[in-house]
Amino acid sequence: MAQEEKFDAIVVGAGPAGISAAITMANAGLQVVVLERGEKAGAKNVMGGILYRQMLEEVVDQAWKEAPIERPIIEEQRWFMTRDAAMRVLGHKNFRHRERPNSWSVLRARFDPWYAGKAEAAGALVIYETVAERLLREGGKVVGVRTGREGDLLADVVVICEGIGLGARLLEKAGLKAPLKADQVAVAVKEVMQLDAGKIEDRFNLEAGEGCSIECFGDSTMGLSGFMFIYTNQDTLSVGGGCLLSDYNGGVISAEDVGRSHGRPVSPNELMEHFKNHPAIKPLLRGAETVEYLAKLIPEGGYKAIPKLYGDGYLVCGDAAMLSNPVHREGSNLAMASGRIAGEIVIRAKQLGNFSEETLWEYKGRLDHSWVMADMKKYDGAVPLLEHNPQFLTKYPELLDRALEEFFKVDGLSKREKQRRIIKMFRKEAGLRFLLDNLKAARAMGFLPP
Amino acid sequence: MEKLEDKLFTVRNKKDEGHPHIRILDDTVCAEKCDGKYCNHFCPAGVYVWDADLKRNLVSYENCIECGACAIGCPFGNIDCETPRGGYGVQFKYG
Repeated sequence: MAQEEKFDAIVVGAGPAGISAAITMANAGLQVVVLERGEKAGAKNVMGGILYRQMLEEVVDQAWKEAPIERPIIEEQRWFMTRDAAMRVLGHKNFRHRERPNSWSVLRARFDPWYAGKAEAAGALVIYETVAERLLREGGKVVGVRTGREGDLLADVVVICEGIGLGARLLEKAGLKAPLKADQVAVAVKEVMQLDAGKIEDRFNLEAGEGCSIECFGDSTMGLSGFMFIYTNQDTLSVGGGCLLSDYNGGVISAEDVGRSHGRPVSPNELMEHFKNHPAIKPLLRGAETVEYLAKLIPEGGYKAIPKLYGDGYLVCGDAAMLSNPVHREGSNLAMASGRIAGEIVIRAKQLGNFSEETLWEYKGRLDHSWVMADMKKYDGAVPLLEHNPQFLTKYPELLDRALEEFFKVDGLSKREKQRRIIKMFRKEAGLRFLLDNLKAARAMGFLPP
Repeated sequence: MEKLEDKLFTVRNKKDEGHPHIRILDDTVCAEKCDGKYCNHFCPAGVYVWDADLKRNLVSYENCIECGACAIGCPFGNIDCETPRGGYGVQFKYG
């Protein structure tokens, strides 16, 4: 490719954010190039595995009818776990999702090439095996990207959808984003485990082709702030989860904390094996063979960790913008929505012939007035709450476990006596703190107004 | 499958021989200041292994599954980690 070739827009990263932006812009006739470091789209892209219908359809109408998805999620489950018990505290089997799915399980190495193909069909040029090394700037304005293989590429605007983690440092290198801290990201690991489709359906009580998602809190992560999951794919299971990076370090974040760790260090694989061997999980995975092992960082810094999302000649979307709602395992939806909105703003900037901050600030304005920032603000305190109050994931599941044991046990005690014992136990072991904590939690999780 | 080595074996990796993408900036920081050897634990691929005789961390960069935790998780900011060159490194089959 010739040096100095100029595009309307360069998109960095062929993930859900980048491809959503690219499709939106290419559909409007803009000259768009997408840079992807993997040998194909999805080669280096990882997520737990749930993709949402609405945000996808806002980019590609009726997309799901042809997209390579795994299974529509018909049932959502949330479990609390202690060492030797599991409580299905929430289960919603919703057969209306058969007609109109809310979400699907996906495997990204299958879904992303299809999605990138949609961008190519719309006229965008996707260049693979090419690393975006740094932003090119002229007097503060971003004017292009230096790449590893294609030299310098120039554009009116660079839409940065580089994700989070390894190599995602364009903004950091340009001084446009502060380096992340160990309590602002989670490290999640995942195993894709092969299992016959019929066995999956039998074990998880599913009709052919239908899926469920299970998220497990408490002892599943050894009480650390995070959760573990099982998502059903066509003939594999996605099994994984994680916790804050600082939790693996026993709370150590910076050099000043060294020597003051409040727990022993834990490794992600140790967490994974702990979960897989829980007596409630083990039979679900029996005979399933691990065919891939993956890891990914999850943005968990909340609203406060969001960097500046626009500037002269650039916009930031998806994980790179720290847009994620870990409490609800949402990320791909925020990526697709922010990517699409960024694309729409670039189309507007092209009409105005103005790619400066004056025009591009509207991207932030649009996000601020949408569910994206409303959710980011609402859940801002949720992760720190769990991080600083380990009782949520250790003591409280245990109390609930003991209460339920008492409730179900037939041992000659009257029901009234059992009730009295349960209330006494909560009073003694949790007391007022329990009530206040639950109020705080209800607010942080968005069930009550702040 | 329990062992990390077996799990890493499932990952398709186009190795970029002679181009390590991970570098420890200063071995004396690991030896003298870091009591926890945190990277030996938090790295999901077990890339970092402390060698007590050599008094430095051995870095198996070819096992890296490219999460990027190391640059953030090291409390001393002592790990420099770039993406492998375009087309190299992990290429997931499932994702």
